[in-house]
Amino acid sequence: MTASPLIGVLALQGDVTEHELALQAVGARTARVRAAADLSGIAGLVIPGGESTTMSNLAIRMELFEPLRAASLAGMPMYGSCAGMIMLADQVTDARPDQQTIGGLDVIVRRNAFGRQVDSFEIDLDIPTLGESPFRAVFIRAPLVESTGPGVEVLATLQRGTAAGTIVAVRQGVRLATSFHPELTGDTRIHDLFVQIVRRHT
Amino acid sequence: MADQEALTGTSRVKRGMADMLKGGVIMDVVNAEQAKIAEDAGAVAVMALERVPADIRAQGGVARMSDPDMIDEIISAVSVPVMAKARIGHFAEAQILQSLGVDYIDESEVLTPADYSNHIDKQLFTVPFVCGATNLGEALRRLTEGAAMIRSKGEAGTGDVSNAVTHMRRILGDIARLTAMSPDELYVAAKELQASYDLVAEVARTGKLPVVLFTAGGIATPADAAMMMQLGADGVFVGSGIFKSGDPVRRAQAIVQATLHFDNPDVVAKVSRGLGEAMVGINVADIPVAHRLEDRGW
Repeated sequence: MTASPLIGVLALQGDVTEHELALQAVGARTARVRAAADLSGIAGLVIPGGESTTMSNLAIRMELFEPLRAASLAGMPMYGSCAGMIMLADQVTDARPDQQTIGGLDVIVRRNAFGRQVDSFEIDLDIPTLGESPFRAVFIRAPLVESTGPGVEVLATLQRGTAAGTIVAVRQGVRLATSFHPELTGDTRIHDLFVQIVRRHT
Repeated sequence: MADQEALTGTSRVKRGMADMLKGGVIMDVVNAEQAKIAEDAGAVAVMALERVPADIRAQGGVARMSDPDMIDEIISAVSVPVMAKARIGHFAEAQILQSLGVDYIDESEVLTPADYSNHIDKQLFTVPFVCGATNLGEALRRLTEGAAMIRSKGEAGTGDVSNAVTHMRRILGDIARLTAMSPDELYVAAKELQASYDLVAEVARTGKLPVVLFTAGGIATPADAAMMMQLGADGVFVGSGIFKSGDPVRRAQAIVQATLHFDNPDVVAKVSRGLGEAMVGINVADIPVAHRLEDRGW
């Protein structure tokens, strides 16, 4: 498997460029997904950070949820950071009642769970599957995983403080999600893990 | 074992918040009802203020930070981030806004300045700040003070996009010129820009601002938004342009769509139909120099 996989980045709004750069740094090619037609030919999809309320609103308006769900059901690997995690979750709490998700990840996610922007933070995380060195994780109005279904692997939890034990990174088969933004720190190990998932899948 | 000390208010957390707004439209709103309209239309954030710039211009008087009750109502009404404006240099207004839990503070020339020499020391705050700029030097001075996002100033409350164009072209033109300079010229460039040498050298090396750059001040139509995005804006602030128009709901949706599909004239054409009256507007050239907002901030 030497060919460089083509990975789409959902480009409705958010930090699309940062994900593209991180994916390219680990050897993938990237394409922006703004319409159903853009889903053909990509081997995986990244849903970037942004405002999940807005992203859901735009995807409804552009009739993108059906094709995205179809791609997910067909087994396309997907990775979501922050708002992207919300978009992949089967259930969301603390969201507008009309907020929709792609689903496919058997978790309940609480939107904006740590408070307002003044409560946003960065911290070192242990993520054993990525090796020993800690991962600098940036949480911005971040969601958390309230509960996970069977078959969902917990990759990282917060280890200290009032939110100790909180699940912030999960994987279920070809689906990967983080509450935090690896695309903002220059540490490409999460993107590398996703590209490996895509390579093994194709 | 990882170091588990959580840090709030870091530069990465503040600048990263603005990264999440990219490609979006931030709309001025004066009450909860307008905030809901903006969120329903797809706004990525709302800016809470007491009067939109066109009314501040028409009614005159001193323009200040909004009533905390009004900001609370807007915060409860929407799930997108809420920004609010403080007067230039008015650090106590900014302290209040931070205490209210707004997600971003705009230290804004739209309000009457509180200090004609100094801006707020934004490094002292946990909440991030956005500031206006008309050129690169001004943008970099704001960053040194701690701003985490820049918007080109334009001329708020006019519906005349010409100054937004001028300021965006000037900021990006200043950056392009820096990238063409040899290293020994950057010292004088920093002197001429009246900006920190380290920031000037960083911009010369990377070819971009180290923070998100939105446009503001006079955007009134989907075409205005599409043009500003094509010129290089990361996103759009719309002030009076929506709620001073004939059909705010449709215009708000149309400007969101035009910002997203800025490079697709077919979509921008489609969403430009049937929007009713645009805000009436004032030509910037007809505004006496003393009443122009672009010159506030230094």
